[in-house]
Amino acid sequence: MSEHGGYLFPNDLHILWQLMIVMYPYVTGLVAGAFILSSLYHVFHRDELRPIGRLALVASLGFLLFAPFTLLLHLGHPERCYNTLVTPNLSSAMAMFGFIYAGYMTLLVAEIWLVHRQDIIMLASRSEGIKRTFYKCLALGVYDVSPESRKVDHGVLLILAGIGIPGAAFLHGYVGFIFGAVKANPWWSTPLMPIIFLCSAIVSGIAMVIILYSIGMKFSNRKIDAPCMQSLARWLWMFALISITLELLEIMTLAYEAAEEWEVIGPLLGDQLAFSFIGIQLILGAMVPIILLGIVVLMSRYLTDQIRNTLCFVASLLLLVQVFAMRWNVVIGGQIFSKSMRGFREKYTPELFDKEGIALAIAIFVLPLLFIILFNRVLPVFEQPEKQLSTGAGTPSQ
Amino acid sequence: MPTTPASDSDCGGCHACTPNDGTRRDFLKQGAKALGASVATIVLCDMTDLTKIAEASGATPRRPDLFTDGYDWTKHRYVYLVDIRKCIGCGSCVRACSQENNVPPAHFRTWVERYRVSRTGEAVIDSDNGGMDGFEPSMTGKDITKAFFFPKLCCHCTHTPCVQLCPVCASYRTVDGVVLVDETRCIGCGYCVQACPYGSRFIHPVTHTASKCTLCYHRITRGLTTACVQACPVEARMLGDMKQVGDKVAEIIATQRVQILQPELLTDPNCYYLGLTKEAR
Repeated sequence: MSEHGGYLFPNDLHILWQLMIVMYPYVTGLVAGAFILSSLYHVFHRDELRPIGRLALVASLGFLLFAPFTLLLHLGHPERCYNTLVTPNLSSAMAMFGFIYAGYMTLLVAEIWLVHRQDIIMLASRSEGIKRTFYKCLALGVYDVSPESRKVDHGVLLILAGIGIPGAAFLHGYVGFIFGAVKANPWWSTPLMPIIFLCSAIVSGIAMVIILYSIGMKFSNRKIDAPCMQSLARWLWMFALISITLELLEIMTLAYEAAEEWEVIGPLLGDQLAFSFIGIQLILGAMVPIILLGIVVLMSRYLTDQIRNTLCFVASLLLLVQVFAMRWNVVIGGQIFSKSMRGFREKYTPELFDKEGIALAIAIFVLPLLFIILFNRVLPVFEQPEKQLSTGAGTPSQ
Repeated sequence: MPTTPASDSDCGGCHACTPNDGTRRDFLKQGAKALGASVATIVLCDMTDLTKIAEASGATPRRPDLFTDGYDWTKHRYVYLVDIRKCIGCGSCVRACSQENNVPPAHFRTWVERYRVSRTGEAVIDSDNGGMDGFEPSMTGKDITKAFFFPKLCCHCTHTPCVQLCPVCASYRTVDGVVLVDETRCIGCGYCVQACPYGSRFIHPVTHTASKCTLCYHRITRGLTTACVQACPVEARMLGDMKQVGDKVAEIIATQRVQILQPELLTDPNCYYLGLTKEAR
């Protein structure tokens, strides 16, 4: 690049899509990933994942609730956001956000309601006063806890979760498509982008659930279910391997073809993004956790529960960082070079208290966690033993 | 499914699943119908390309206030031609555009690049302040064998990615071939800025909406030419109209070896160049 004098188009001086647009695919990825994980239990009957079946769904809802804030904070005119619903451009991937979001939210809320229905009725029957009214409202007037009704619930749940899997894939696949469909940008424009986004979303979702599960068990003084954690580690390992393989394959293909775009992408990855791409996305965020999870999966019989849990926790934290780094490298990396393909913009460092600053990004990440805590105070995120339900179930009298 | 009415024996005849249940179901049914109808209306309204409808019917433009009486946008198809061989890099066009369109500082609807290419094919390119102040002579330290000025602006592509990707239809292409932005509808997401391969769009720092070359639409629909074309002292920039018989630019495009920028992207630009060389992009 330097031989061309580092020329930037005059309008290309600043990074336009900043931290909030990094957060947007990150948060929606957590939504999709956590949902797909929950489906492993609800649809594919991986019973060992039962302890996190509800947590994954609630985590998915928590992040979904706050995902739009990333976009709203970015928009120049957030007050006009309704235009995406009123005058949507059907040839624009971004225009689909409102519809996909609304549909997915409906599905997720319905599924969570069904999963917690028995608990709602039980809590309504046990509580009094305003609390009782509140739970009765949540019950939506249905107090049937008979085995037949549970069977119906389960059937509906299966259908909803079944729709939810392609829904989640679509939710995040289209986020990848937003970038993959920009033919003006060689770092974004690849048909692999939606698949890479989806796989890394699943990685981040599973990693987040492992962390929430570990912390939840720690604070409730309960034991982490070893088969569950082992299974989570196995799934996480598999999806991490797939995700990182795809990321590397894309770059290897670009490098091997060495077409015009490699003139800008080569220096971008090797120089401009050396720390966040090679250091964080590939080594610290990918290689290390893959080794740690490999130990958990392949050497399971030699591990104590504590070591397994610790390895999984650390690997999950690192993978969360990896996925964030991947989003950063895609979103910011794709804008560091000018469309002149002959120069790089000034480096982007987010402000702390800006509209698209670090403080608000942290808030958007933390608020869903607070939502999960709040939700747990209303309805149990971790499944109660079966006997409690059967003894407590009943209809609250008027 | 969860609202399947339970028998009285299931719930002890509670208030919730007795007479009100029917009302709730009715409400949900009505709600679902209303929602379905709304979505269907929106989808059907948007299914067809608005431009094509307008072309076919000669419909009124979105901003009729821009037009003087008697202007018929179906009778024009604007194109732009830049003759690189003629440009002297004076920057008059950039200044004229900036003044005419109140372009914010450090942003450009049009700009001029200076290319200096060495014998080995190495290109030294600059465009200080978009070429607005002209170009100071300077040494590159290289064996320069050819040099030229390269004016740029929005290519007003026929198959433009900026219109394709705009989530709210704020970016649109008029029947007479000009790509415009409806600033009252733009949400300022910046997707069009990312999508433009030519770097000709920017987010206006004051209005926070997408901004770009309008081909001086307020002028050309009144029979004037664009500010940049009018300001050019050497006729390096020309505005043409493909629907006007005997139009000079249309004739050049039809008969001479004109080129477009980044043809591999198939955006079908309507800004043509004479004298483009392999280093220029």
